[in-house]
Amino acid sequence: MNWLKTLIGGVIIIAFLYVLNAMMSSGGFFGTGIDDYQARLLVFICINIILATSLNLINGFTGQFSIGHAGFMAVGAYASAYFTVTFGKGLEGSFLFLGETLASSVVLLLAVVIGAIVAGIMGLIVGIPSLRLRGDYLAIVTLGFAEIIRIVILNIDTVGGATGYPVPGYANFLWIGIFTVITIVVIHNIIKSDTGRALVSIREDELAAEAMGVNTTRYKVTSFVIGSAFAGIAGVLFAHYNKFLHTNDFQFIKSFEIIIMIVIGGMGSMTGAILGAIIVTLLPELLRNLPPIQIGATVFQFADLRLVIFALILILTMILRPQGILGTREFGLNWLKRPRKSSEGSETIGADAGVAEAQQEEAKRLQSEENKDK
Amino acid sequence: MNSPTNGTHILQTDKATIRFGGLVAVNELTMDVQKGEIYGLIGPNGAGKTTVFNLLTGVYEPTSGDINILGTRINGLRPFQISRLGVSRTFQNIRLFPSMTVLENVITACHRHAKQSLLDGVFRLPRYFKDESEHREFALELLKIFDLEKYKDEGGTSLPYGNQRRLEIVRALATRPNLLLLDEPAAGMNPSEQQDLTGLIKEIRDRFGLTIVLVEHNMRVVMGVCDRIQVVDYGKSIALGLPQDIKNDPKVIEAYLGD
Repeated sequence: MNWLKTLIGGVIIIAFLYVLNAMMSSGGFFGTGIDDYQARLLVFICINIILATSLNLINGFTGQFSIGHAGFMAVGAYASAYFTVTFGKGLEGSFLFLGETLASSVVLLLAVVIGAIVAGIMGLIVGIPSLRLRGDYLAIVTLGFAEIIRIVILNIDTVGGATGYPVPGYANFLWIGIFTVITIVVIHNIIKSDTGRALVSIREDELAAEAMGVNTTRYKVTSFVIGSAFAGIAGVLFAHYNKFLHTNDFQFIKSFEIIIMIVIGGMGSMTGAILGAIIVTLLPELLRNLPPIQIGATVFQFADLRLVIFALILILTMILRPQGILGTREFGLNWLKRPRKSSEGSETIGADAGVAEAQQEEAKRLQSEENKDK
Repeated sequence: MNSPTNGTHILQTDKATIRFGGLVAVNELTMDVQKGEIYGLIGPNGAGKTTVFNLLTGVYEPTSGDINILGTRINGLRPFQISRLGVSRTFQNIRLFPSMTVLENVITACHRHAKQSLLDGVFRLPRYFKDESEHREFALELLKIFDLEKYKDEGGTSLPYGNQRRLEIVRALATRPNLLLLDEPAAGMNPSEQQDLTGLIKEIRDRFGLTIVLVEHNMRVVMGVCDRIQVVDYGKSIALGLPQDIKNDPKVIEAYLGD
């Protein structure tokens, strides 16, 4: 019955995305429409969800601190854009027997596959040497990689160089939404499998994970490659929705933005990453609507200060909830049950008391043993 | 060497030595552990017992000398490779996976025998469900033996200290080892828990056909459970024999109490 549930769920989600997509078109959906600004926000939320959940696999679940996610996004975006610019028209022509919409979808799917593979290979190349090292080294290597990749692309004239790269707009909201759902499902399934437990065990205690037979290097590289591939997919979708690429979109500030999403939402929580992506995308936009406040003769335009206010909100969140909004917990139907569990028992207190008691016992015993030995 | 069990050699070290700079932490240690025995490794504080465990599990590589486990020379192998040979261990300072529940801690250790591939997991293929339910059942069975089943959904590190130690043993057993290394299993337990542990160690040896090497401070546990005992001081083996012989060995008494 499991597959039936999955099928029904899939159909409902696709129908929902289809309706949203139709609402975004110029005609609207039965008279209701979403304007371009809102549509664009929805698309960026989706792309950011892909980026955040895939980085969360590396940073949150495996515990490896990568700060070059935008680099892999750029690799995917430019590789696929080069493909569609060069072969897109021809391929679309040869698939025209499927109809115009399907033909462009086929080209987009091919672009996604190419973007994912190229970004994944890049992840492998960066990951194999750097993941053998611990902690900060990976952060430095990934940050350096992202900048190198951006500057290399900036100097390749075939992909536009500094003038930017116009890309055919094959991606629409429907496909972006579908790939967002696919990303969430795939990463969720990985986490709940034997591979996922191996990844989390690396985060929790690398030595213990090795002692339990987990090939930590291999699993770190696996999670890094999967995360990079999905960042590549986000890049593909961004390129083909935005219809224009410039390396300025992939500066390290973008990498940090993705990190902020998962830190705010809660590292190591799927729903946390999604929530973080939504907050970080929407909040600066919502702050545009702040009303001006007049105190005396001066008028404070808070809307102009929206990025400052945004930063303040982030800082406050970190002070009040350093583990992120959700921590490592998941938001779900059993959410209401969760808090009761932690308050249920004086388990922690009991454990502490146990330790103290045991230590006392141990001390007493050692004393008596020493006496005996004498 | 007169050993109570004349089986096959599970673990042999030949003059295993490790130096950290000028410090010789383990000095030409020769061990020979036979199949099915419970072998105690004791010695005063700082004698190098835990370092021996780290050598046996690949955390450190010996500077010189050989270590053979289950017929394989393990010098230079990584810890996970040694674990795959059928060696499992617990840690002196408990190393459970903090964010996991009791059950998850144990299922994670079933990794060594997982049959599912990454793609089985991603696409939820039949093999995934079969594998998961097998692991779950096996883990619950193990937890039942140790009377920890009722805590299965609690956080592993929220258990009382003694139970955390027992959970670590369960986790080590979940890899289905042939050789189990216990690093101070009785530390922090009260006398009645220690009593239970002594029985439990013998029971799991018989039930799972294990060979057990344990490092322990607690003489009552060591004397009660070990078939043979080796005493280490300053990284060197100073005595080896049956528990009653060790108890009366003047060199051992000297090492523990000084002259």
